[in-house]
Amino acid sequence: MSRISSLKFSLRGLMAGLGAGLLAMSLAGCGERPPIETKQLGYRGTGMEQNVNPRLEAVKQAANQAPASSEAASPDGPKASEVYQNVKILGHLSVAEFSRNMAAITAWVSPQEGCTYCHVANNFADDSKYTKIVARRMIEMTQHVNQDWQKHVAATGVTCYTCHRGNPVPANVWYKPADRKYTENSLMGDLAGQNYASKSVGLSSLPFDPFTPYLLEDKPIRVNGDEALRFTGAAANNKSTKQAEHTYALMMHMSQGLGVNCVTCHNTRNWQEWTNNPPQRVTAWYGIRMARDLNNAYMVPLTETFPANRKGVHGDVAKVNCLTCHQGVQKPLYGAAMAKNYPELLAPYKAANDGLPAPLAEAMRSVMYFAVGSVTLEGEQAKGLTQLVASMTADQGITATISGYHSASGELASNQELAKQRAFTVRDSLLAAGVAPGRVVLEKPLQAEANLAVEDPAARRVEVSVK
Amino acid sequence: MAQFTPLFSLENQNLLTAVQPVGPLHDGPALPSGDWRRTGKPFLFHLLGRIGNAQIGPIYLGGLGVASLVFGTLAFNIIGFNMLASVDWSPMQLIRQLFWLALEPPPPSYGLSIPPLAQGGWWLVVGFLLTTSLLLWWARTYRRARQLGMGTHVAWAFAAAIWLYLVCGFFRPIMMGSWSEAVPFGIFPHLDWVAAISLRHGNLFYNPFHALSIVFLYGSVLLFAMHGATILAVGRYGGEREIEQIVDRGTASERAALFWRWTMGFNASMESIHRWAWWFAVLCPLVGGIGILLTGPVVDNWYLWSMKHHVVPFYPQVYPISIDPALMGAKP
Repeated sequence: MSRISSLKFSLRGLMAGLGAGLLAMSLAGCGERPPIETKQLGYRGTGMEQNVNPRLEAVKQAANQAPASSEAASPDGPKASEVYQNVKILGHLSVAEFSRNMAAITAWVSPQEGCTYCHVANNFADDSKYTKIVARRMIEMTQHVNQDWQKHVAATGVTCYTCHRGNPVPANVWYKPADRKYTENSLMGDLAGQNYASKSVGLSSLPFDPFTPYLLEDKPIRVNGDEALRFTGAAANNKSTKQAEHTYALMMHMSQGLGVNCVTCHNTRNWQEWTNNPPQRVTAWYGIRMARDLNNAYMVPLTETFPANRKGVHGDVAKVNCLTCHQGVQKPLYGAAMAKNYPELLAPYKAANDGLPAPLAEAMRSVMYFAVGSVTLEGEQAKGLTQLVASMTADQGITATISGYHSASGELASNQELAKQRAFTVRDSLLAAGVAPGRVVLEKPLQAEANLAVEDPAARRVEVSVK
Repeated sequence: MAQFTPLFSLENQNLLTAVQPVGPLHDGPALPSGDWRRTGKPFLFHLLGRIGNAQIGPIYLGGLGVASLVFGTLAFNIIGFNMLASVDWSPMQLIRQLFWLALEPPPPSYGLSIPPLAQGGWWLVVGFLLTTSLLLWWARTYRRARQLGMGTHVAWAFAAAIWLYLVCGFFRPIMMGSWSEAVPFGIFPHLDWVAAISLRHGNLFYNPFHALSIVFLYGSVLLFAMHGATILAVGRYGGEREIEQIVDRGTASERAALFWRWTMGFNASMESIHRWAWWFAVLCPLVGGIGILLTGPVVDNWYLWSMKHHVVPFYPQVYPISIDPALMGAKP
């Protein structure tokens, strides 16, 4: 009798042990100790939910606090450019404002290393340290973000601290990943850019470098088509499943980088559908373009400036992705509005400001901006046109496709005419310079209205794609 | 009832094998000339007897079995060595990363041409070897069933699974014109492929054949649980000897039938329940395969297809309307 009961007892003990073991295993599989709270984001029953672990959230909040801003300095007194030498972009500030800015940057970027991280100790005007060249360019980048990327950063804006957080090199930057040791002459073991536990994509086996194609190059992110059935010819959607994996990888990075899940931007039933998704998706759309712009316009051109030890294994410069600023938080630093306390970082200083963005003259694409109601190009904008004409006459094999745009302010019909006339201006200049008519194509954009409301200098433009 | 049975006594729930009938070890019936001999001397293994038959062996290997094993082993090893090479021949990393590693099909640029070994060529080789191995093993299940005078139900059920395997790795890639559409050989990577093909084609959830496949999958589980539970529950009346119950319907069969008629008004019979189970199991990969074969070659976007056919429910707009910035020609 006693034997039987002891057997039963041990059986119960065994079951209890087994149960505890299974529980521990399943919890270990989750990788995150509860509690996990669910916040409803959308219509009931549609699974639009954000998961938050308050314990981890508290840690994150403590780690993402904006430092206090110092008191504003007096704009009176002599300008920095009058007192100091070689002040290139902040010379319009008063000496007090300039010193406050320099002190802030030191506290944000190189608190350990101090002023001499960028400056030569006995001659602050000296440009011989690469860090000073980079810092100057980064101030310009900050101004560019705050002025031209408000669709992503809104009025909150960014400062050096948004990315740097007291580190001379921001903790989260990306380089092109290293190859396998035996890649060359190897017949086996092709990773195909994926299938390796990678932090860049949330420890999944998805493609581990979604940054090069999307945040450096301009590869198409969208893989979904507009038709229910498969079409052939021009209407065919030829995106592959592997492309879908790359897009998925980028989305995993965004999700990890912002500490959010898919439904922060998308609805649960269809990722491509725009009609039923949270407005954050638009912000994220601009964010992708912003990261791409910053990498191409600011980081890559600094490649030669950086010493080898600051570059990746492929000799590429450190680049930004979503994690660089966001650091696991949906709004960096929980949306703390630091930038407004440093107005010199909000926009580049322009002595004679015509209010138009600088014209763009790239190998593949030119953009020229127009004053309100104007169809002619003047000043800087005319130089942009001159460059376009020069590249069209230099290479006889290329074709220019011209599209005119207008801003949302005013009457639609007259605005559309305006957009057309702007495109004509550029076309006529090309023809006048002797470019063959067959090489100049006018293309009416799907929607010529390039912003949603009011007057936007960036909307009043002509875009030329050169191929 | 003659005997009082305590309600919650574990023994009477019939959950573990209580009695192991052990008879003289036997090889099974004699095989016709031309067949191989059976391999291995049979022996008893008590612990396995607790969950199945205690007699282990002999095995009939045969020409088909040997050929299948040769091809299968080759495929397994080529996958393994590619995985090992992909972690720079580090055995530790092979173990750590095993679930992440894969032998990937060629990149899309190769279409249906033969790629170099290092860029998906091995995938093609393994695909051939593994498919050959599976088909040989299928022939083996068919041939063995015939030799035992059985029906070939197991072989056809297996064929249903092979159909889905071939759809994912062979038929669909050919119809799409690219080997890159096929499934990688790897644990997580093949799951990534599943997620990616769904995302690429606008959510596989809206594919009706996918839905049917899930019906048969969950249905199989439900039927399996219902049948297993029913038979165990009437085990005390000899219900586990199903064949005898079929020939000579006894109280076990009657009680089981009554139970379901009382609880849901309808009952399967001792014979038909197995047809239910077989069809559910077979239809799961069969319709699933049809669904995958349509995904891409015929239907590009299941969500839009469902919109067209009014399958997608309406949800109230709870967010401010956002417009796709790409449609506005917006380049900030």
